[in-house]
Amino acid sequence: MSGAQGTNLSPEESAVVSLPQEPDLHIFAAIVENKFGVLARIAGLFSRRGFNIFSLAVAPTADPSYSRITIVVDVHNTDVNQIAKQLDKLVNVINISELHPSDSLERELMLARVGAADLEAVTDVISEYGGEVLDHADGEAIVSVSAHPDRLDRCERQLRPFGLHVLQRTGRIALRALDADEPAVGMTA
Amino acid sequence: MELTGAQALMRSLEMSGVEVMFGLPGGAILPVYDPVLDSSIRHVLVRHEQGAGHMAQGYAHVTGKPGVAMVTSGPAATNIVTPLCDAFMDSIPMVVVTGQVAMSAIGSDAFQECDTTGITMAVTKHNYLVTDPADIPRIVAEAFHIATTGRPGPVLIDLPKDVSNATMEWYWPDGVDLPGYRPRHEVDPAAIAEAAQLIRTAQRPVIYAGGGLLKARAAEALRELAEMCEIHVVTTLMARGVFPDRHPLCLGMPGMHGNYTAVTAMQQADLLINLGARFDDRVTGNPAHFAPGAKVIHVDIDPAEHGKVRVPDVPIAGDAKVAVEALIEALRPSDGSAAADEMADRSAWKSTVSGWQEQYPLSYDQPSGGHPLKPQYVVEQLRDHTPDDTIVVAGVGQHQMWASQFWQFDHPYTWVNSGGLGTMGFAVPAAIGAKVGRPDRTVWAIDGDGCFQMTAQELISASAENIPVKVGILNNAYLGMVRQWQELFYAERYSEVYLSADHPDYVGWAEAMGCVGIRVESAEEVVPAITKANAVNDRPVVIDFRVDTEEKVYPMVPAGGSNDDIILGPEGDADAALKGSAPS
Repeated sequence: MSGAQGTNLSPEESAVVSLPQEPDLHIFAAIVENKFGVLARIAGLFSRRGFNIFSLAVAPTADPSYSRITIVVDVHNTDVNQIAKQLDKLVNVINISELHPSDSLERELMLARVGAADLEAVTDVISEYGGEVLDHADGEAIVSVSAHPDRLDRCERQLRPFGLHVLQRTGRIALRALDADEPAVGMTA
Repeated sequence: MELTGAQALMRSLEMSGVEVMFGLPGGAILPVYDPVLDSSIRHVLVRHEQGAGHMAQGYAHVTGKPGVAMVTSGPAATNIVTPLCDAFMDSIPMVVVTGQVAMSAIGSDAFQECDTTGITMAVTKHNYLVTDPADIPRIVAEAFHIATTGRPGPVLIDLPKDVSNATMEWYWPDGVDLPGYRPRHEVDPAAIAEAAQLIRTAQRPVIYAGGGLLKARAAEALRELAEMCEIHVVTTLMARGVFPDRHPLCLGMPGMHGNYTAVTAMQQADLLINLGARFDDRVTGNPAHFAPGAKVIHVDIDPAEHGKVRVPDVPIAGDAKVAVEALIEALRPSDGSAAADEMADRSAWKSTVSGWQEQYPLSYDQPSGGHPLKPQYVVEQLRDHTPDDTIVVAGVGQHQMWASQFWQFDHPYTWVNSGGLGTMGFAVPAAIGAKVGRPDRTVWAIDGDGCFQMTAQELISASAENIPVKVGILNNAYLGMVRQWQELFYAERYSEVYLSADHPDYVGWAEAMGCVGIRVESAEEVVPAITKANAVNDRPVVIDFRVDTEEKVYPMVPAGGSNDDIILGPEGDADAALKGSAPS
């Protein structure tokens, strides 16, 4: 709950109340060895260095001996380079790069159980985002949407009035766009 | 050739060049202790697993070779977590083997089971849980490679009992294949050129020499750079000895208890040449007020140190020796003239620095009549009545600071201490490890009474194994550094810091452990006791120096304060509480 809610402050007074600041999200893509414990090493590193994970998605690459991890980090109080350099020190991390939203393609998947007394209206919203209704019964529906995370945020807001009973988002995954420049590599332990 | 996993482990340690290991057996590691009997590796039996870890550290400090320790699972593994963390903080190469319950029992809360790899993940450079005996040679080879290259550090190998008992076909790998591990050794020539230009034009440069120089075996290169450019050198707590204290360009130790000249020269420098140091808070004080006018060249083999505390103007990632040699090359005039002639005029700065040295030397006052005995006097007498290349090992606290301040370190690898983690009890086991590594040297532990009580039992190991270390306890009957902070920052409210000078009876305790025990109560007895101790070579010696309870470590920069607010002596005590922030 934000600091100013539920209080009777004048606009002037509200202005000086410190509201929680917007997260400053950065996306890292890491190729790691697909071994047990690697995720724990990464999670442990974030925890002990005081870095804040916003979302994390991990799965094996085309070569199953490696996994690709997309980590979205709130760098509000942290130096982005520190995060990359500390991550790169982990022996099981093959490489790490930062993906800039302007030259990356991002997607996230959402599954939600929503109130669907008016199934047609729910379907209209979902269709607008290219999603689908996977199941419906007893005035509820399970819907699936895959989109850019910002679009998912908007979709989520539009679904809220129907009753958002269960929400599961996967965290974003991202790839560098084909015409984007390769980042300068050279962060090694 | 078919070997058991246990035999393969010992064989792999031998192949890795291990000559000595420190350890203590137990259930899960039992299979490995059988081939220990047939191995060329000397095994030193410790009395507590923490001792094994610190001995391995002491060994590594003085030899440059990785220290090796082996203990069993569960409580033995947790007991060695402190040395692992200590080695991680101070970048000490170490390989620790722990036993583990059988693979089938992992996760079942079996007897003496703990999640060793999980627990040690945060305090090791890397760790392994071995699941197949065929992996043992590869993992051991990788462990030594990781521990000793790049920024050195501890690596742990957790070995389940059934993996030790199973068999494998012996092999030894040609090399290691670690695609995610690429330690940087070479340096960027452009960064070197940029750094060289800063060095040429700086009017108040200071070399901030850190432990990375010792790890890189760069003492000679450092000396050449400093002399060629005529630049003063401060040596951090981890780097004492890397540049001779007797050298005219040496300013000694900076930091919270550094001397005035070292602290102030850094503070007023216009260029800090950081070679393998990490802007530790004990050096910088409040980083916002640290060396405010200085540009920074930062050489570190770990690029994550660049900008972690202070953003450098010129970051140089790579080996410190390679970097220093590259700087020498870049700064050496091609026409054979003196390099210093091509640099900015620093005569005013040099006279300022020598003025500070004259005006603010380290000082203390040993009262005539010998009472009370001052701890600094003991350190000075030890320094003056032991061989020049004596290895000095300290615990953590007041005695550690006095040892660092009043010893004269003129050789690299003669100073062993716990810098980053600040582990009380480090000295006795680390001294034993150091003596094992350098049996040709005299090894003195300068310890505190509080520290000594934490790990003194390892003197039994030293007696049993005929490792003749010498321990001087600066016994002030208190947890002295805590007492000092309570005096200065908590209005002399002494909470739980009194230990008593007499309990334990240190002489009786030493003798019970097979050592020679000596008690010293006044200044006159100091030198005779040291002479007597130096003559003993068949067993450890412990001297109980009864020193002044009230003596404090000066200078002092209160924690969180600015290095400009250095307190030189007791006359500054009243200001101490005002100068710091929350003590930590």
